[in-house]
Amino acid sequence: MRHATPAIRRIYNRRRRLNRINMAMSALGMGFGLFWLAWILFTLVRYGFEALTWKLLSQSTPPPGSDGGLLNAIVGSVMMAGTATLIGTPVGVLAGTYLAEYGRRGWIAPATRFINDILLSAPSIVLGLFIYTVYVARVGHFSGFAGALALSLIVIPVVVRTTDDMLKLVPDSLREAAIALGAPKWKMVTRVSYRAARTGIATGVLLAVARISGETAPLLFTALNNQFLSHDMNAPMANLPVVIFQFAMSPYDDWHKIAWGGAILITLSVLGINILARLLFRQRNS
Amino acid sequence: MSDLFLKPDSNVRIAVRDLNFYYGRFHAIKNVSMDVQSNKVTAFIGPSGCGKSTLLRTFNRLHELYPQNRATGEILLDGRNVLDPREDPTLLRARVGMVFQKPTPFPMSIYDNIAFGVRLYERLNPRQMDERVEWALTKAALWNEVKDKLNQSGNGLSGGQQQRLCIARCIAIKPEVILLDEPCSALDPISTAHIEELVHDLKEDYTVVIVTHNMQQAARVSDYTAYMYLGELIEFDETDKIFTKPNQKATEDYITGKFG
Repeated sequence: MRHATPAIRRIYNRRRRLNRINMAMSALGMGFGLFWLAWILFTLVRYGFEALTWKLLSQSTPPPGSDGGLLNAIVGSVMMAGTATLIGTPVGVLAGTYLAEYGRRGWIAPATRFINDILLSAPSIVLGLFIYTVYVARVGHFSGFAGALALSLIVIPVVVRTTDDMLKLVPDSLREAAIALGAPKWKMVTRVSYRAARTGIATGVLLAVARISGETAPLLFTALNNQFLSHDMNAPMANLPVVIFQFAMSPYDDWHKIAWGGAILITLSVLGINILARLLFRQRNS
Repeated sequence: MSDLFLKPDSNVRIAVRDLNFYYGRFHAIKNVSMDVQSNKVTAFIGPSGCGKSTLLRTFNRLHELYPQNRATGEILLDGRNVLDPREDPTLLRARVGMVFQKPTPFPMSIYDNIAFGVRLYERLNPRQMDERVEWALTKAALWNEVKDKLNQSGNGLSGGQQQRLCIARCIAIKPEVILLDEPCSALDPISTAHIEELVHDLKEDYTVVIVTHNMQQAARVSDYTAYMYLGELIEFDETDKIFTKPNQKATEDYITGKFG
């Protein structure tokens, strides 16, 4: 190595100074972001934890001035999110498969991909209004099914995108190997590509579920709300986000408490789903 | 001059006639005609980009996966032109197996890797399938190393073992021709020696075509050698002849390392 002349030393010192400044700036930026996140979580835990009682899970939403919980909202949210996932997953996986496996020539796939990306970032209230116009206004009443449809419009682009991305990560050499054995294309896709991408696709579905479990806007015009426990998907249905919205806006203290309880429930379930998704993804990469 | 390479009296398995190949506008193979002998090992050598892998990939019509690729001419397998659009490419590929440069184990167990191809065209009961898997792995000289872990993922094997797994997978469907596209280029010398021994044994039952960058390898394993340059077949003859007294000056220059 060359002996460090004063000129080299000067360059080196300047780089070290620059490095320190940049390190300090990025640490500051991270601290700023984390500060707000920690504050949000702290507030949530502070008010939410005391609301997390057995009653919250076992009783339905109360009229003003009496005791109650969120049972009807939890049931409604789970049913609608479940239905939305059941509708959105097959549609999304099939569309993503088309994009990655079949749409390699021509303009249809690139155009679809572009439109899907727009749908992915569409404001969810627009999706709710859309379902209101094409479904709720026609049948004449709000319903859990309408809510599920609106949520499935959020699930579909997420699943399309992850399926497309995950299938594109499967090396073409694997596809060639399957084809070279005499496999028809559909068998190559279902037995080899899906197999190689399955944990990635499952992760995408889980992230879509996490995404819809906190959505309020698409449910406002579709599922509306319901004071009582209902399993009828063809009638208005209670759900956590809308209940939180209404109860937090109310003047009653015990309603506020229930709203906090609902908020922490959603946060914990989203956290759980995200952890599950990460575990799945890690398993795939090991 | 391409007629020089035809030997109509001999035991021909694949007859290539006036083959031209285009990647879009690029003319990658120019008027190649040759006869590949049955139950022999034929090696394609030549510098990078000379078209040897491209030529190999037309034998099982793998080039058709990509829309820009186009082949004209004839490739006669047992007298039938495989390039004819009326011929079913999947049936062709079941008869003409292929092993690639990089090992390509499927993301499934060692057992299922072998069974995958067999299940495409045959209905075997579980006992017959077990026998077939053992037979193929034994043929590929891998059985003793994996017989206790058939249910483990094929991705857990070493590179050389993965490549032998791919050869076993290819043999398991009992093809007539085996195409090897630089099968040792990603392997260490010991694994390479394993595969070369294997290639030598394979010609008892199969017609083998191997693309290689390694001239010593071509000299060791093949009976016939084709030297290609810039998409043209420069010389094709018995390996001994190519490596001792080639007809063409260009072949000699390449073999002796003056160029390439």
